[in-house]
Amino acid sequence: MIFATVGTQLPFDRLLLALDTWAAMHRDVPVLAQTGASDTTYAHLTCQNFMDQRRYADCVAEARVIVSHAGMGSILTAIEAGKPVILMPRRADLGEHRNDHQRDTAAEMAALSNVTVVEDSTALCQALNAALARGKDAKLAASSAVAPTPLLEALRAFIWSEEVTPAPRRLGPLLRA
Amino acid sequence: MPPFRRPLRRKRRVLAVASGGGHWVQLLRLRPAFEGAEVHYATVDPSARETVAPAPVHLYPDANKDTKLRLLLTALRLAVIVARVRPDVVISTGAAGGYLAIRMARLLGARTVFLDSIANTRQLSVSARLAQRAADLVLSQWPAVAARSGAEYRGAVL
Repeated sequence: MIFATVGTQLPFDRLLLALDTWAAMHRDVPVLAQTGASDTTYAHLTCQNFMDQRRYADCVAEARVIVSHAGMGSILTAIEAGKPVILMPRRADLGEHRNDHQRDTAAEMAALSNVTVVEDSTALCQALNAALARGKDAKLAASSAVAPTPLLEALRAFIWSEEVTPAPRRLGPLLRA
Repeated sequence: MPPFRRPLRRKRRVLAVASGGGHWVQLLRLRPAFEGAEVHYATVDPSARETVAPAPVHLYPDANKDTKLRLLLTALRLAVIVARVRPDVVISTGAAGGYLAIRMARLLGARTVFLDSIANTRQLSVSARLAQRAADLVLSQWPAVAARSGAEYRGAVL
């Protein structure tokens, strides 16, 4: 099963249309899509607008390949499950997001071994074929579900700090008002 | 009356705040840092309850700077949450709701930290920049962004 996810805030029909085209040519592979704010229907995708956290985790666990917008929730969940993930970043010039930060995110995440970044539908289809050709045996290490130690230690120290820092002066007038 | 700091307790009550999607997933990756503290979560998705049970989950309406009216509702709801939980420490991974919670918790004397999303590879988010005027500590997950923005760098969630 291929699991596609585009987040909940904004539609991303360019990705879904590309995937629908691919699915039309690969009827033997079920494609499930979490479509968020999109109200378009796709003949070859099983669509669900929103999922609760358990259902979402189950879909990621079942999928052979994840296809996703370059949102960190989708990326992190796929990496934690050790799944190959194909990212198509949203583009501001096509009205897919408020800015181009997903392109920056995708460029950084491309360094991860399970991540393939694609820019258009042709590249998406090629990446999907390549990921499936690698087969189920392509072992990807499920990565840890927790942050690396330095950040955790820094936050733990912050929580248990006895230090009393002065409150910002800006809040003074607000309190007196 | 100047803002005050409540006397420190031996126990710590932490309010961990995140919007949906990546903000929430990044917050979950920080959970080992909360060990030993009493943790309350505030987020936008009711199904988060199951994910972090038995920790209490408080819900607020999702909003951003483009949805001004909802943002007001978010602020009011978070004010109630902060007043009820009375946290010693607020930790947020964004977005707008996290900034609002920090701002209000600060008035009640809590210590506050805002961890900007790892998605912000080039510059701080709007929420993080606002948080720089309210939080005790604002962290970027990218050293170069931290150096440029005056935020601090202590590592990343990945």
